Amino acid sequence: MPCVLPDGSVAPVAKKILSTALQEKSEEEISKLTGIPIYRVRSSIRELLDAGLIEEKGGKYLTTEKGKEKI
Amino acid sequence: MEEEKTRMPLLGEKAPDFEAKTTHGTLRLGDFKGSWLVLFSHPGDFTPVCTTEFMAFAEKFDEFQKRNTHLLGLSVDSQSSHLAWVKNIEEKSGIKIPFPVIADGSREVAMKYGMLHPGQSKTETVRAVFIIDPESVIRLILYYPPAIGRNIDEILRCIDALQTADKHHVATPANWRKGDKVVVPAPIDQESLEERLKEGYECMDWYLCKKEVED
Repeated sequence: MPCVLPDGSVAPVAKKILSTALQEKSEEEISKLTGIPIYRVRSSIRELLDAGLIEEKGGKYLTTEKGKEKI
Repeated sequence: MEEEKTRMPLLGEKAPDFEAKTTHGTLRLGDFKGSWLVLFSHPGDFTPVCTTEFMAFAEKFDEFQKRNTHLLGLSVDSQSSHLAWVKNIEEKSGIKIPFPVIADGSREVAMKYGMLHPGQSKTETVRAVFIIDPESVIRLILYYPPAIGRNIDEILRCIDALQTADKHHVATPANWRKGDKVVVPAPIDQESLEERLKEGYECMDWYLCKKEVED
């Protein structure tokens, strides 16, 4: 159940995270705002970082231009 | 090397790290840091006792959440099997399984946690329960054989006891339940022994004293 699918689209959980991180947010803030459990936020962010859809800025996360196209 | 790899983890040790495919994506132990975790294995999907356990865990899911505790299941079945099984449970019982389940086909996680007991089954995991604290330390281990379903209330009771013991630096007596009196640690010297006798604790004798604590 990857959050970035083989065809390049993203799973609903990833879309929620990308939408929430349009402004810089910490993992905990994303979890609180979306209702997605913290463990799943952390796991999804790893995948989104690898795919270049989100970037880290001092412990917070921001959706990239590439990530915005997936929302 | 092989012996080290298969040694059962012990209480007080750091829980073995892992990265595993689950029904909620690829998860690592570190993803649960900061919360309590109940990591539990079951022998197989689409089997009767395991199905009753999954339904019972799901029914108590809110109680685990209230205790800042996540649930993480495991068996050697595939991810597709897990997904089909949890969907089937929901269709047949109306109970949604809200926690992730590890698909440990390689048995890598099961081996690290001593969940395979050849005397019971050479291929399937037994009913193991690991309660892991927010610092990833193993705090309590339970093993049940395949034929005996677990008591979910007992797992919740254990979490309550561990959290109460940590918070108040006390111990919990036999059959303790949240709200009951707790055991005051034994005195370490004569002065503390004499001090405790003035505290107004409920004592059977100097070495067994109880007191009330707030939640």
